[in-house]
Amino acid sequence: MSLSRAKDLGLPLMNLVRLKGIPILEQLHLEERLLRTSSHNWCIVNDGTDVPTIVMGMSGKPAQLLELGPVMEDRIPVIKRFTGGGTVIVDKSTMFVSLICNKDDVPNVQPYPRSVMAWSGSLYGDVFNGINGFQLRENDYVFGDRKFGGNAQSIIRNRWIHHTSFLWDYNVRNMAYLKLPSRVPQYRLERDHTDFVCRMKDYIERSDFVEKTIKAVGNQFTLKQVNLKDIDSYTKAENNLKTTRLLTLEELEKAMADTS
Amino acid sequence: MALRMWASSTANALKLSSTVSKSHLSPGFSISRCFSSVLEGLKYANSHEWVKHEGSVATIGITDHAQGHLGEVVFAELPELNSSVSKEKNFGAVESVKATSEILSPISGEVVEVNTKLTESPGLINTSPYEEGWMIKVKPSNPAELETLMGPKEYTKFCEDEDAAH
Repeated sequence: MSLSRAKDLGLPLMNLVRLKGIPILEQLHLEERLLRTSSHNWCIVNDGTDVPTIVMGMSGKPAQLLELGPVMEDRIPVIKRFTGGGTVIVDKSTMFVSLICNKDDVPNVQPYPRSVMAWSGSLYGDVFNGINGFQLRENDYVFGDRKFGGNAQSIIRNRWIHHTSFLWDYNVRNMAYLKLPSRVPQYRLERDHTDFVCRMKDYIERSDFVEKTIKAVGNQFTLKQVNLKDIDSYTKAENNLKTTRLLTLEELEKAMADTS
Repeated sequence: MALRMWASSTANALKLSSTVSKSHLSPGFSISRCFSSVLEGLKYANSHEWVKHEGSVATIGITDHAQGHLGEVVFAELPELNSSVSKEKNFGAVESVKATSEILSPISGEVVEVNTKLTESPGLINTSPYEEGWMIKVKPSNPAELETLMGPKEYTKFCEDEDAAH
């Protein structure tokens, strides 16, 4: 879509940031800062992260969600993020897409979890159009009954973020760091991780996915590419802003000790 | 229409206002999901928190409308005792359906009590948003702020208009 046509259609502006291999902690800090201190809409695409990292939701409890012994022995970083949702282990084969929106720029979407989730399902329906079996199932993106995309959100007064980690590929060995959570979607039944998830690479080319995602977002927003180094000019300085953080070894040891 | 009249008469008997939320209507819905309750005697913020002012203390929680839209609450993050809250600023968050949603304080003041039951039973926010699901009690620092909030009728209309717009 040309910029002049987009302007004619009155589409709101969205800044597009394309990253590759940025550490997931840095990505999450960036997202939290943009959500809270920017007034712009943002689409962040991060193609992989640098090292295998466990990322828990806001209320995640390490002892309940992780095999702490192996996690500590293998020194796998554990992050608690500012959004809700479950636990994932991400690495260079994970693709991340995050959408930060002013609620007034998406007026047909109420700033509540299910409304935002439905909107995202429709957007990715365009991305995976023609690929059999794609759907938003409960709160996951699936092909058939196998999950390949996990979602999480944070909703503040007039803005929200919806971000997704997509399993382009994964290392089965890494799944062993995660316990079966107590709260699971109904469609999971009692399947373990390897029977529950699937690899996105078996369904779509990597470059296709990125370009189709950007195109789908571009159908609703006028996209403007922004470089990472220029982002500071879009945000305000804020003290003690970050609630996303890396858990310390001491915290993990204490969590393990408290359960024994 | 008949269902709305029944809901209205029931609401009157319970001293409730009621609003039908279109987003809740679907084939086979139950009456408990048909309307969001709005209590008399409370004040309401346009961010869907309620305040009950009794003497020197104001109790704060989120409304039935809010909890219905949020879905099942699985976690509540609340402030520390003796901390300060400010009008229209974030004092905590709830987690539901993969989302954290911030909770804004309708008034300014000092936190004098926190509902510790919500640690083990965050679902009280869904099942009893105006009673057992209360979140914090505050000593107001500026009671005049209460006058800027909506009454039950105004809030009921606010919710209807908000739902109708989507």
